[in-house]
Amino acid sequence: MRKFVLGAALALTLGAGTAFAAEAPKPPAQAWSFNGVFGTFDRAALRRGLQVYTEVCAACHSLGLVYYRHLQSIGFSEEEIKAVAREFEVEDGPNDDGEMFTRPAKPTDPFASPFPNDQAARAANAGAFPPDLSVMTKARKGGEDYLHAVLVGYRDEAPAGVEVMEGLFFNEYFPGHQIAMPPPLADDAVEYADGTKATVQQMSMDVTTFLAWAAEPTMEDRKRLGIKTLLFLLVLTAMLYALKRKVWSDVH
Amino acid sequence: MTSPTWNNPVVKWIEYRLPVFSFTQEHLIDYPTPKNLNYWWNFGSLAGITLTIMIVTGIVLAMHYTPHVDYAFESVERIMRDVNYGWLIRYVHMNGGSMFFAVVYIHIFRGLYYGSYKAPREMLWIIGIIILLTMMATAFLGYVLPWGQMSFWAATVITNMFSAFPLIGEPIVSWLWGGFSVDNPTLNRFFSLHYLLPFVIFGLVFVHLWALHVHHSNNPLGIDTKGPQDILPFHPYYTIKDLFGLGVFMLVFLGFVFFAPNFFVEPDNYIKANPMQTPTHIVPEWYLTPFYAILRAITFDIWFIPAKLIGVMAMFGSVLILVLVPWLDTSKVRSARYRPIYKQVYWFFVIDCIVLGWVGFNSPDAMFMGAVSFLRIGQVATAYYFLHLLVVMPVLGKLERPRSPPESISAAVTKETDTVTEAA
Ligand code: HEC
Ligand code: HEM
Repeated sequence: MRKFVLGAALALTLGAGTAFAAEAPKPPAQAWSFNGVFGTFDRAALRRGLQVYTEVCAACHSLGLVYYRHLQSIGFSEEEIKAVAREFEVEDGPNDDGEMFTRPAKPTDPFASPFPNDQAARAANAGAFPPDLSVMTKARKGGEDYLHAVLVGYRDEAPAGVEVMEGLFFNEYFPGHQIAMPPPLADDAVEYADGTKATVQQMSMDVTTFLAWAAEPTMEDRKRLGIKTLLFLLVLTAMLYALKRKVWSDVH
Repeated sequence: MTSPTWNNPVVKWIEYRLPVFSFTQEHLIDYPTPKNLNYWWNFGSLAGITLTIMIVTGIVLAMHYTPHVDYAFESVERIMRDVNYGWLIRYVHMNGGSMFFAVVYIHIFRGLYYGSYKAPREMLWIIGIIILLTMMATAFLGYVLPWGQMSFWAATVITNMFSAFPLIGEPIVSWLWGGFSVDNPTLNRFFSLHYLLPFVIFGLVFVHLWALHVHHSNNPLGIDTKGPQDILPFHPYYTIKDLFGLGVFMLVFLGFVFFAPNFFVEPDNYIKANPMQTPTHIVPEWYLTPFYAILRAITFDIWFIPAKLIGVMAMFGSVLILVLVPWLDTSKVRSARYRPIYKQVYWFFVIDCIVLGWVGFNSPDAMFMGAVSFLRIGQVATAYYFLHLLVVMPVLGKLERPRSPPESISAAVTKETDTVTEAA
């Protein structure tokens, strides 16, 4: 429903003769560590990205398809995973008295959601719903490039002639340019444990790397197995071709 | 090819009661095959292998999948994350669908080029079209299962199509849904049918091959085999050729699976279905876009028949009409090699189908290079599709003067060798 209202509002603003089309520009391609056939997730960026997620994005966005235990596959020790999980509170129960209670999260829990339900999420965000981020990089055209572009794509001033609606923010890359998410990142919003300078650019790249991992934690396995399989298949096919030539050599 | 005898007593015992060994010998080993088949003849066996891959991966997926609106999306993601090699099984099944259609479309266009549908192979061709229809139904049902935005809205759009039929339309739609909208009952029955139909296809393929083995394969020259000098036993000649083809095919297939697994996917299908929010444009998978383009090309009522109904009929008609191709093509010559004009209009038809596929991806109102709407392009391409099949093919068969095909396959092969020797 909100989308319709936004669309209608946008159509009106467009009618006012602005140069800004509803179609957002193509997000620029970034040099991700996980690009290409041999690309892997930069482990330091993943750790920083997790930090940005827990300290900033987790206030509004859930990550419900990812479990804390999954962090093991990117080099977190059991102790570290427990420490990450402990930062979050989850509801559990009922206990023997039939009461629900909250407790710190455990490695076997999925990432805890900031809101008990969708309505609460909307209520806290002026009617807009902060979507779950678990498969976000796969769920948008442009993937990681788009995510990064949106996170750094805020402008303090909308271009002349564009009326930004109350409670929305101008964003160059969000379709329709008016996004309900307030600019989530500001310089030094987090203090990185590894001493990296927390610029908006840096945090955005890091959290996007983390979300790319969250969307497909098996990507590295996939590529590793893929290279082996295709090399094997290439040799096998070449041999089959030689055999085919041999078998057919007596046919005229 | 003497009829084989077996000495092993167990084999003999079985063979006497159920002749599987002589059957295998006859149909897989000695089976007479024209010696001049080119690589376009590989796609039949590739289709069979792909069907098998789809069934095997599908059965494993079904062990972990939950057909419920609240869990379907999550259960698919669990397969991707927590099931051992679940990501591999899912990506093979997902890309396998696209590969299956690519292979079968090539297989069909091979038949159209070399006139493989002509007497005495009409039944073979008709069964093929029924296979194609069943494949489309299976693919559509499967696409709904992950319960993403595209799943939900494709299900809504396609089932709504049936409401175009007067009187019975609305009841049919709610009967298909099992309710008053696409919901849990719909998902449940779609899962059930998606599991069933591949086995129906399997049975149809069996009949398809039965018909094939009555009159054997056509060949690039489109002439009948005249004797032992024209044929080769299937094994080892075509087993090895098919195996090599399989190697090349798997390189492409697994290339997508491992390095571009989401190439064919709409990003919207990674958003969980939301009945309250319509995606900006709803598109089917690439292999169904040509038919989607035909469905949407009809925007005008004809006489008292509403546009929507004509669109639906045009869409189903565009597949069903292929059943008539053996009779719409009036030429006596099978292979396009000896039909100078058909050879050219054939390629127009191929391009026309590709254009339809491309139009199906775009919103009808969108403009191509700011000049002409996709709706208009789709209408022209749809008209040409039917024009080719209903007018060009029958008329051309009568008017065209084909070149005369060679006497026999071996004569043609010897002649080619002669020319090569002369040239040398
Ligand atoms: C104050 C709450 C809040 C915080 C903090 C926040 N977001 Fe959002 N986010 C939202 C809301 C609300 C939306 C929905 C925007 C809309 O639909 O207009 C949203 C939407 C998004 C989207 C989807 C954009 C699209 O294309 O639909 C992404 C991606 C996103 N947020 C990423 C992040 C990341 C990464 C962070 C942490 C750096 C973050 N958000 C922090 C509230 C928040
Ligand atoms: C599940 C899908 C299908 C499978 C597994 C399949 C399998 C096969 C196989 C193994 C052959 C023999 C090898 C060859 O000639 O390529 C064959 C032949 C043939 N198929 Fe199919 N097929 C399928 C779908 C279709 C469809 C949709 C059509 C189109 C109408 C079709 C039309 C034909 C024809 C005309 C032949 C004979 C070809 C010739 O000898 O020239 N098939 N099929």
